[in-house]
Amino acid sequence: MFDFIFPYLPHSNLLDVYIYPLVFLTIKLILAMLLIVFSVAYLTWIERKIHGAIHLRKGPNVVGPLGLLQPLADGLKLLLKETIIPSQANKFLFFLAPSITFVIAIIAWAVIPVGEGLVFVNINFGALYLLAVSSLGVYGIIIAGWASNSQYSFLGAIRSSSQMISYELSMGLIVLSVVLFVGSFNLTEIVLFQKEGWFIIKLLPLGILFFIVGIAETNRHPFDLPESEAEIVSGYHTEYSGFAFALFYLGEYANMILISSFTTLLFLGGWLPPLDIAIFNIIPSFIWFVLKVLILLIIMIQLKTTLPRYRYDQLMRLGWKIFLPISLCILVIISTYITFSSYISVK
Amino acid sequence: MLLYLKNFIKSFILLDIFKGLYLTGKYMFFKKSVTWNYPYEKSHISFRFKGEHALRRYENGEERCIACKLCEVICPAQVITIEAEQREDGSRRTTKYDLDLSRCIFCGLCEEACPVDSIVLGPNIENSTFTKEELLYNKDKLLANGDVWEVYLQERLNKDSKYR
Repeated sequence: MFDFIFPYLPHSNLLDVYIYPLVFLTIKLILAMLLIVFSVAYLTWIERKIHGAIHLRKGPNVVGPLGLLQPLADGLKLLLKETIIPSQANKFLFFLAPSITFVIAIIAWAVIPVGEGLVFVNINFGALYLLAVSSLGVYGIIIAGWASNSQYSFLGAIRSSSQMISYELSMGLIVLSVVLFVGSFNLTEIVLFQKEGWFIIKLLPLGILFFIVGIAETNRHPFDLPESEAEIVSGYHTEYSGFAFALFYLGEYANMILISSFTTLLFLGGWLPPLDIAIFNIIPSFIWFVLKVLILLIIMIQLKTTLPRYRYDQLMRLGWKIFLPISLCILVIISTYITFSSYISVK
Repeated sequence: MLLYLKNFIKSFILLDIFKGLYLTGKYMFFKKSVTWNYPYEKSHISFRFKGEHALRRYENGEERCIACKLCEVICPAQVITIEAEQREDGSRRTTKYDLDLSRCIFCGLCEEACPVDSIVLGPNIENSTFTKEELLYNKDKLLANGDVWEVYLQERLNKDSKYR
């Protein structure tokens, strides 16, 4: 990325080996973070526009052309607002919680290949890392609920953590099935394995299952019980305002994008074009990736206006009695298939 | 048993969810938004709409009001205050015609009571003000309103005349 500027810089052993890589990496990280925050901001714009279209409204259209500056105005408003701290709250934990949520939503992007070779670290356990990071997200939520010292926050946090834990099981099993099928935890290899056919068709129910479980994992509709307004004001971030609330909001939407891109990587062939022909191959790989993620996000947003919210016991029943057995069965079927196919091919 | 199986298959292939997505997708892509972009576009107002008051004049510029005080009497909110005197040419005219719009309930009874179609309720709905005092209308303000809306008010009265 910085190769073109490198020859013009002053050189010495110290600079070349220690300083420049560090500076370049920092610049890259800041750029990536800005990009994520920017895409989250415009995801809220897309969401409001789509909801408007479905409700036969117009959505934001006053600030800037088509309301395109609305996210910036909202962000500015949130930054300038006073952050109210409840008198009973534990101040340190109260501010730790949104930062944890935000940081975890950001660091997961380290392993996601957004294009051919466009990845920060191509580690061998990318899928495992993503699974671990998305499970860590529950800490921010439960700390927020505990530190606010309010009944609504606490109830929301409990609901959220139990929901995330129960859906994580089936998520892990589904990822494991894919990993077994490919034989590698590396996300790049998983994507390249789909050159002959995307896993959403090859392993048919798995992709849809994974997407549904992912929606439950990010606390989105119709699984948004932690924030159900009718029962518990707005769940774990009831007491938050101003910048702390903005961090929660950013974290939640960044998680949405993360789950969509995880689904894209595992089941929709990542950055691969739909058909391996010349016209599709000319288009840069990351555009395909962004396009697929965008389609999944739009489905997620559309689901929010389409479906009513689950009752709490229905949610738990769905998680433990339907998703877990199905994903377990599929795991067993796939492992059996792999064992026997290798047995046959050895023969 | 058969019903159970049917329901099982129906929920397993997410039939209801896809139906819902189809419906909302139809709304998202093929239906136009029904929003009026208010300060820039205004919706249609019926000719019978009762908005801000106006006092009308005859075509020669003479004011219509003859100070019969029927509107003052019929007004249920007692908004109108009229004082009258004989003018130098012998005709009876108002010297004061005050209307407290902050208390007006826009029932339109003053308009129906008026024998000379002098006080009429116009189509204007954008008469909000910053202070309450601006809502205390006097005769000059009402006559000015009548001059502004005269064409519209004439049409309104013509359309409504056969129902009176």
